[in-house]
Amino acid sequence: MNMAARIAEAHVGLTGVTRVFGSDPQTQVKALGPIELELRKGEFFAVVGPSGCGKSTLFDIVAGLSPATSGKVTFEGRPLTGSAVPDGIGVVFQEDASFPWLTVADNVAFGIRRAGLSEAEVSRRVTATLALMGLADFAKAYPAQLSGGMRQRVCIARTLVQRPRLILLDEPFGALDQQTRLIMGEELLKLWRETGATILLITHALDEAAMLADRIGVMSARPGRILDIVETPWGIERDSRVVSDPRFGDITGRLWSRLREESMAALATAGQ
Amino acid sequence: MTKDLRNHVLVLVVLLVLWQAVYLFVGDLALRSPLDTARAAFGLVRSEGFGAHLRETATAFATALAIAIVLGVAIGFALGMNRLAGEVGEPLLVSFYSLPKITVYPIVLLIFGIGMPSKVAFGAIHGIMPIAIFTLGALRNVPPVLIRTARVLRLGAWQSAWSVLFPAARPEIFTGLRLGFSLTLIGTLLGEMFASQRGLGFLLMQAIGLHDTDLIMALTSLIVLFAVLASMMLLACDRALRHGS
Ligand SMILES: Nc1ncnc2c1ncn2[C@@H]1O[C@H](COP(=O)(O)OP(=O)(O)OP(=O)(O)O)[C@@H](O)[C@H]1O
Ligand SMILES: [Mg+2]
Repeated sequence: MNMAARIAEAHVGLTGVTRVFGSDPQTQVKALGPIELELRKGEFFAVVGPSGCGKSTLFDIVAGLSPATSGKVTFEGRPLTGSAVPDGIGVVFQEDASFPWLTVADNVAFGIRRAGLSEAEVSRRVTATLALMGLADFAKAYPAQLSGGMRQRVCIARTLVQRPRLILLDEPFGALDQQTRLIMGEELLKLWRETGATILLITHALDEAAMLADRIGVMSARPGRILDIVETPWGIERDSRVVSDPRFGDITGRLWSRLREESMAALATAGQ
Repeated sequence: MTKDLRNHVLVLVVLLVLWQAVYLFVGDLALRSPLDTARAAFGLVRSEGFGAHLRETATAFATALAIAIVLGVAIGFALGMNRLAGEVGEPLLVSFYSLPKITVYPIVLLIFGIGMPSKVAFGAIHGIMPIAIFTLGALRNVPPVLIRTARVLRLGAWQSAWSVLFPAARPEIFTGLRLGFSLTLIGTLLGEMFASQRGLGFLLMQAIGLHDTDLIMALTSLIVLFAVLASMMLLACDRALRHGS
């Protein structure tokens, strides 16, 4: 597929987006913004930033889970109000969000069953998604019988089966070990290619961002703004082997040089 | 499952051996041997009138348990779904839970008089609090990410309560039900002992009055047998609800 054609259209737009927690001017927290950002249709966009800078706050706003205090957010041209997650957006959290009382297959089917698809269509889609995520042999297992990585796969499958056009992931591999992260990263790339969805990935791992994303947004310390957007030169068929490309070090180096001061600033204000 | 069964059998065997040992020590004055008790229990079960007493107790217990479950779960949900209500309500629940229920018994008697309603009320009072407290705790312990997931999967408030919150809390609620089951049974029997003319509790009280050691032992062993069998079944359900976790 042609890269330029894939990423021409705007998919998500944020203009002047801020978020303030609390109403008392004495104690309120300016958590985010103002943010100006445009996600292009079909691109893989990563966000990195110092801890507490507002990444998850940004994530919730783009997901439609919570409202912006000011500014405008659009998804496919329609405004997001933060009261409901619109059709077409799929979300994966860092924590294990699999339902322990359901089998893997029922977990994956949960959302689309409630959306009123026919049982035949549900089982067709679930089977296909389980196969895609390497979970086919575990359809009848319960989450408690799976490893952390497998459970996160179940959550990703539950999102994918809805065929979202925008997939949001907030540190989805944060709880996994390094090897599992790399493998899951590769699988995410594969899914991205196969589904053609736009991806917004929040991560604190610079190498993960550099390996996976087309573009990487670097955020400032709280209240988080977009300081810089770094583009990667990898083709669409990339995988974890890009880590040995000499340009990989340049990219992580550039990310780190932007982040270093911000991270120190974030640490300095952490107690306040 | 089989491990649970083995443990239960083991406990039973140990109890029987202890019982026999104590019996050999104190003799026929205060106790009967397991074998004599079993014989007396058989006789009791087949005796005329026992069926009516048993039915009376079973009705009272079943009614009390149903009330305790419905009210306990409802109170737990009402407090668990509302932060403020929970913060105000929980200390009240806990202090009422730790209150010896026997102290409110005169009031129950005044309100309901002697007979079925009084026993049911007394049984239910024992069961409601632990069920409510466990339900409240269970709802609190549901990981917030599951609720967020319900929103992300576009469930409405009721749908999310019914198909995410409730099943997520269910194993712990069930533990509360197990506890509520035993306490309601105790409450019902206590109610029968002090304010009834019928039921197993009444029979027990009568036997105590007449120093009928055979009858006391037979009744007690039947009640214990029922409680143990029921708790085995409930424990098995509990395990099944937890799906190997
Ligand atoms: N509900 C809330 N009420 C008040 N303050 C909040 C709330 N949620 C977040 N904050 C504050 O807003 C700031 C941004 O939080 P956020 O979780 O978005 O950061 P983050 O970049 O995701 O952090 P991390 O790297 O730890 O995941 C933090 O200072 C946090 O304490
Ligand atoms: Mg975060």
